[in-house]
Amino acid sequence: MRWKQTDYTGWGRVLRASGPVARPERLSTLTATLAARLAPAFGNRRSYGDACLNNDGAALDMTRMDRIIGFDATTGVVEVEAGITIGALAKVFAPRGWLPSVMPGTGFATVGGCIAQDVHGKNHHNDGSFGQHVLSVTLLNGDKKTVATPDRNKAVFRATMGGIGQTGVIASAKLQLKPIVGDVMMVTERRADGWDEHLALLDGSQATYSVGWIDATATGAALGRGIVEEAELAAGLVPKPKPSKTVPLDAPKFALSSPVVKLFNTAYFRRVPASGRSVVKPIDDFFFPLDKIHDWNRLYGKRGFYQFQNVVPLDAADRLREMVEMIAGSGLASPLAVLKRMGTGRAGHMSFPMEGFTLAVDFPARAEAAELIAMLEDMTVDAGGRLYLAKDALATGPAIKAMYPEHAEWVTAVNKADPDHAMETDMVRRLNLRSAT
Amino acid sequence: MNQTWIILGATSSMARAFARRVADDGATVLLAGRDMDDLKRTAADLVARGAKAEAIAFDARKPAGFGTIVTRAGREEGQINAAVFVGSMPEQSAIDADPSLIDGTVTDSFTGPAQLLQMLAPLMEDRGCGTIVGVGSVAGDRGRIGNYVYGAAKAGFATYLSGLRNRLTRVGGHVVTVKPGFVDTAMTWGIEGMFLVASPDKVAADILKAVEKRRNVIYTPFFWRYIMLIIRHIPEAIFKKMSI
Ligand SMILES: Cc1cc2nc3c(=O)[nH]c(=O)nc-3n(C[C@H](O)[C@H](O)[C@H](O)COP(=O)(O)OP(=O)(O)OC[C@H]3O[C@@H](n4cnc5c(N)ncnc54)[C@H](O)[C@@H]3O)c2cc1C
Repeated sequence: MRWKQTDYTGWGRVLRASGPVARPERLSTLTATLAARLAPAFGNRRSYGDACLNNDGAALDMTRMDRIIGFDATTGVVEVEAGITIGALAKVFAPRGWLPSVMPGTGFATVGGCIAQDVHGKNHHNDGSFGQHVLSVTLLNGDKKTVATPDRNKAVFRATMGGIGQTGVIASAKLQLKPIVGDVMMVTERRADGWDEHLALLDGSQATYSVGWIDATATGAALGRGIVEEAELAAGLVPKPKPSKTVPLDAPKFALSSPVVKLFNTAYFRRVPASGRSVVKPIDDFFFPLDKIHDWNRLYGKRGFYQFQNVVPLDAADRLREMVEMIAGSGLASPLAVLKRMGTGRAGHMSFPMEGFTLAVDFPARAEAAELIAMLEDMTVDAGGRLYLAKDALATGPAIKAMYPEHAEWVTAVNKADPDHAMETDMVRRLNLRSAT
Repeated sequence: MNQTWIILGATSSMARAFARRVADDGATVLLAGRDMDDLKRTAADLVARGAKAEAIAFDARKPAGFGTIVTRAGREEGQINAAVFVGSMPEQSAIDADPSLIDGTVTDSFTGPAQLLQMLAPLMEDRGCGTIVGVGSVAGDRGRIGNYVYGAAKAGFATYLSGLRNRLTRVGGHVVTVKPGFVDTAMTWGIEGMFLVASPDKVAADILKAVEKRRNVIYTPFFWRYIMLIIRHIPEAIFKKMSI
């Protein structure tokens, strides 16, 4: 396998890496490559920060390992190579009555990336995290192959779910798909005029899928206003989605300046009538709304952007409100902001989810934004919450370790699975994650 | 009508993308190549997507195995088609050091698949239908210092395909010659000087469109036709001093 000297970034494009990358297309090449040189793997680099970067070191691009290698139509168990995307799985199986049990907000995430971040979807409060539907993973460490399941090689399995790739390269995995009644989404959209109403709508929702878009620029009485979407799968017919578009250039700075965002957000809020509405959407439109615009991260210009995502326990909701107030007051937020009620489900030591409310907000990469995020990080620790490694580019090691009570157990498991520390990435080094202290 | 595609060299990413597309259209797919483990995975992939697919051994340098493939294909009803994605391109410097590598290059890129197609042609004549896709290369359009042995093999293959087209057209069959430019595959990964690189799926889509429209010779992406037009028209007196 040839190595290609490559410059690459995470989705936020702030943190960058440069190094030799191999992109195997077959298992035999992957095995041979790893036997010659151990290196961490990445998927479609939809993680925002440096989880998927290995500056000066080597890395494996898994996106060409994208095949379905087994499917049982009676049980809905599917075995796939780790580079297949969630969007591809949904496209193949939804018309036949199955869907990945958990889908993140982008269909471009690969199964390997979803496992390594133990991702959550809009059904987290019902169905838990991605890793809870993984039946087995096949890991490669050099010439060593390990199959781990919730019962066999338990510690490795747990350390792999949400384990940011540190237990070895995930070559393939078996997933339990969920049976569905149809492949369209019945979506109800309601306005929430302020913070309390927004939380109450999310908290009270009985829907299988729910999520809130939050106007992170609104202040005063409108603080925390937004639109709550609730959805169920249904049988029916919807027009084919329109072809996707691409952002061809880095956008100029003013594109996401404060007045533009405020205007946009108000219009976006008013799009839904005060009395709410129900609409029918294709699966992709509901789950992966941003995927229709390829390379939308370029809208933030060449300096890139940060996403801040945290979760706080239910009883710390007021603390989250304070954070939203700070964000709104800063005038730095972009239109992309999400509020969601999470359940308890998590599959690994380093899994992000906890029962509570999760907030995700994008910020153009500027010094003020980094300062704001540092404050939000402190407030999150204080509130007993945690930050999401899939999004992080700025946190500090001690803060992360304080947020993840099972971190020490994870360290023991990964240091055993990867004793040479060959899987370390920029994130792991930045946060010194492979050491318990 | 029932469609069956024999795909020679099915482990390549271009072939994989093509296989997915014909499988989506409902064809039965016979995946032929050397890495049986890999072919079985691709077959499983196509089956999981709802198609009929099977892995079958093919080594361009072992013609003894060709009969099995032709017989297997003949068991399917309807139209039998074949797409050839095989070829090997050792570094020109390796060939300079060991000229005997020429034999293997020519066998993989031209004479091996040609022998198999030769055995398949009567079946197509019998059934009065069938399409052959032969993937050559723009490297076959002009001998260049960088890869002229590979280029010569692909030039030979292109001429062969042209003759085969002449033969099969008379009985209702068709031959599409495909000349891809740079494609983003394991073969080009990490090689310096690549530009305007196309994705394997884009190439697969172009090929399928050419099959439907019964085109004779296509360049993919299309602009390579013009690039090669220019390159072919550079007078030899000048070309011989160039290193492109
Ligand atoms: C628009 C958008 C919306 C999103 N919405 C959500 C959401 O709703 N919920 C959510 O939870 N996340 C969400 N995310 C985050 C995203 O789901 C995760 O970052 C996911 O990990 C991306 O997958 P990837 O294939 O791009 O992985 P990468 O970002 O490439 O890699 C992520 C991690 O996985 C590791 N990894 C990847 N493949 C392998 C492998 N084969 N073997 C071992 N390790 C591997 C990498 O080393 C890295 O640590 C969103 C991201 C975007 C851009």
